[in-house]
Amino acid sequence: MLQRQAAAGEPLVWLSSMGLATGIAMVIFLLGLILVNGISVFWPKRVVQLQVSEDGSERQLIGEIVKKQKQATSGDQEWQLYTANRDAFGHSFVYVPEAAIGEQSQPLDILKIERLEFGSVFGRALRIEQADAEPISLVGEADDPQLQEFVDEATALRAEVTEIEKSEIGRVNNRIERLKRKPANSAITAELASLTGEYEALAQKARKLRDLATQTHLIYEISDGRERSVAIGHIVSFYRPNAMGLSARCGRFLHNAKVFLLDAPREANTEGGVFPAIFGTVIMTIFMSLAVTPFGVITAIYLHEYARTGPLLTSVRIAVNNLAGVPSIVFGVFGLGFFVYFVGGGIDRLFFADTLPTPTFGTGGILWASLTLSLLTVPVVIVAAEEALSAVPRGTREAALACGASKWQTIQRVILPASLPGILTGMILAMARGAGEVAPLMLVGVVKLAPSLAINSSYPFVHLDQKFMHLGFHIYDLGFQSPDSEAALPMVFATTLLLIVVVVVLNLAGILVRDRLRRKYAGSTF
Amino acid sequence: MTASLENTEATMSEEQTDAEKGIISIQDFSFFYNKTAQALFDINLEIPANQITSFIGPSGCGKSTLLRSINRMNDLIHDVRHEGDIQITGNSIFHRLIDVISLRKRVGMVFQKSNPFPKSIYENVIFGLRVAGIRDRKVLDETVERSLRSAALWTEVKDRLHASALGLSGGQMQRLCIARAIASKPQIILMDEPCSALDPVATGKIEELTRELKKEYTIIIVTHSMQQASRISDRTAFFYLGKVVEYDDTQTIFSNPANSQTEDYITGRFG
Ligand SMILES: Nc1ncnc2c1ncn2[C@@H]1O[C@H](COP(=O)(O)OP(=O)(O)O)[C@@H](O)[C@H]1O
Ligand SMILES: [Mg+2]
Repeated sequence: MLQRQAAAGEPLVWLSSMGLATGIAMVIFLLGLILVNGISVFWPKRVVQLQVSEDGSERQLIGEIVKKQKQATSGDQEWQLYTANRDAFGHSFVYVPEAAIGEQSQPLDILKIERLEFGSVFGRALRIEQADAEPISLVGEADDPQLQEFVDEATALRAEVTEIEKSEIGRVNNRIERLKRKPANSAITAELASLTGEYEALAQKARKLRDLATQTHLIYEISDGRERSVAIGHIVSFYRPNAMGLSARCGRFLHNAKVFLLDAPREANTEGGVFPAIFGTVIMTIFMSLAVTPFGVITAIYLHEYARTGPLLTSVRIAVNNLAGVPSIVFGVFGLGFFVYFVGGGIDRLFFADTLPTPTFGTGGILWASLTLSLLTVPVVIVAAEEALSAVPRGTREAALACGASKWQTIQRVILPASLPGILTGMILAMARGAGEVAPLMLVGVVKLAPSLAINSSYPFVHLDQKFMHLGFHIYDLGFQSPDSEAALPMVFATTLLLIVVVVVLNLAGILVRDRLRRKYAGSTF
Repeated sequence: MTASLENTEATMSEEQTDAEKGIISIQDFSFFYNKTAQALFDINLEIPANQITSFIGPSGCGKSTLLRSINRMNDLIHDVRHEGDIQITGNSIFHRLIDVISLRKRVGMVFQKSNPFPKSIYENVIFGLRVAGIRDRKVLDETVERSLRSAALWTEVKDRLHASALGLSGGQMQRLCIARAIASKPQIILMDEPCSALDPVATGKIEELTRELKKEYTIIIVTHSMQQASRISDRTAFFYLGKVVEYDDTQTIFSNPANSQTEDYITGRFG
């Protein structure tokens, strides 16, 4: 009898452990899928050359094999090939029936060229054509350094142009703008004229540099035998995918990952890196935490320490908890109506009246986005902070009061320090919730391409009114809004992986801070 | 029975003479929780200065309630009510002009469960001074040394004043709480079963300390232990069901109690 009773709970134990195992398996599968897909984007794949005979005609294809699958209608096996050369073919992917594929090879002389525009190229380099010199013919791998030299030179030129365009012209522009706002007098007019002259000179220099970078062309042959050309200034990098050894391949992998992390995006975000989006996400999350924590803690202190228990307090608590369940897009709409139009519009009318109708704060920006998200996450902080406050033992409060501390002194000197770790837990939860939120941001300041970062080297360094990029929105934009979403798919995985990493890193940072504090108050069970 | 009543009355009338009026005078004091549940019934006590007075009685009889009324800690509880008065040196503590904070500075308290703050030993001791806005480093240092010496803790902690107070032993923590209570130089120290969580050695130290402290402070101690009350206190009040059954010199209470309930309790027949 006793044995039977002891065993009676066993199925439940099994059931719950199975539930747990399923949950863990799903999380591992999800992370694994994203990890594999996200990381393989940076790995330089081998390029195959295929002889395809279809309907009696022969053609040659060069590309990376994306996947092999059964065709939906006929059930025949078919290959998906990434052929690049979008400008020449009008598409970057083809499907080839397996039956039509004849000879396969991986020629060593195929070059993959990454361009500033129109994606990559698979082809064979033929020669370099210059405006005022004899063409240089390229035969094999031995000639690569020669090409590299040209590319490096053009890259340096391009960097110079960007530098001029971005910072110098920007600075001159800023000064012109500021002068224009002042009431006109002769000194200002003179300065304006000289600045305008400076601007013209800079712009001309930039144009000249750009021309230099586009005058030299690389001529290459693509899979169907056509000759095409690309300006050297438009080449980002080139390599021979089939001629690379393991170490070269690893080097390329790291290089690609670095470009992804540190560069700005190109080509409707499908190429280049995501640095502005990482930066935007992190800065927005930090601003949000800075806004939400004090707000939530003050609310929690009032609710827990001052408000008298009663039906009113109960309903406020219920309202706060329900706030956490409101769909996030509702907060976006509220943020747009309240922060952007009402508060931002008011600020513009008061302080930036001279630039109207161009809005300064009366349009979405990183400040409004952070505040909107802090409204979204404030219930999390309130609940966590209230819990932390009630975890402070009664004895500690009484001790402080018995020493002659006022209520506020007790809260400030004893209760708040003791509940700080719990409050930080709330902040970490809020960060986790807020960093991955996309929908409300689309209404209050996120854009697919922001011209500059919200914190940069131009005065006043922190631009709270600026629109920003966000990893979550970047994923959405790549997956659904880009002209060639098939080509953007690998980037979607890589960006997703990155978003997860960023959220984890932000959380870890919070946890580290909290643990340091907790150690400071070690063993605070008194 | 008659004899004992007479005895009690004699004690009472003696107490009421002006010359012997205590530093704390509790007059017809009743206390109610939740507006209606009466915990104390018409308490009258005159507690003399610079003596140790102990409150004894079975648990739930209102000892803590009375103790916590003397520094108005009961103000923290919602829906409580009192009748009668408590005076310290002739002034009612419930007078509307009385500032609770200054009252609590004059009446220090040590709790049953030691409750140091999660701060350094140093900061614990000077907490009362900090909240009073005292910043003078010299005053603070002096206070720390004086209080810790008075609490017989100085030699043990003088080398780690800035270490966390939570690293101390239970007995040390309780002595730290005493040091904290005497740091702001109160007149009166209330102790609510200060030794109930301590081992005999630590208890012995606290008892000795309490005897030392009565030279400068008036001490009221609530205790569960008859022996402790008889060892350290000068006067003893026996509480039962919210009433003071007997209040007299400790000697008298333990050797010759006037009331049979008192006798039953101290001889361990109930409680
Ligand atoms: N906060 C409170 N709310 C309601 N009743 C209380 C509260 N504290 C104590 N009491 C009641 O008051 C009576 C006296 O309690 P207490 O003074 O703590 O007794 P003692 O300290 O003598 O053990 C008990 O019946 C107890 O249940
Ligand atoms: Mg008690």
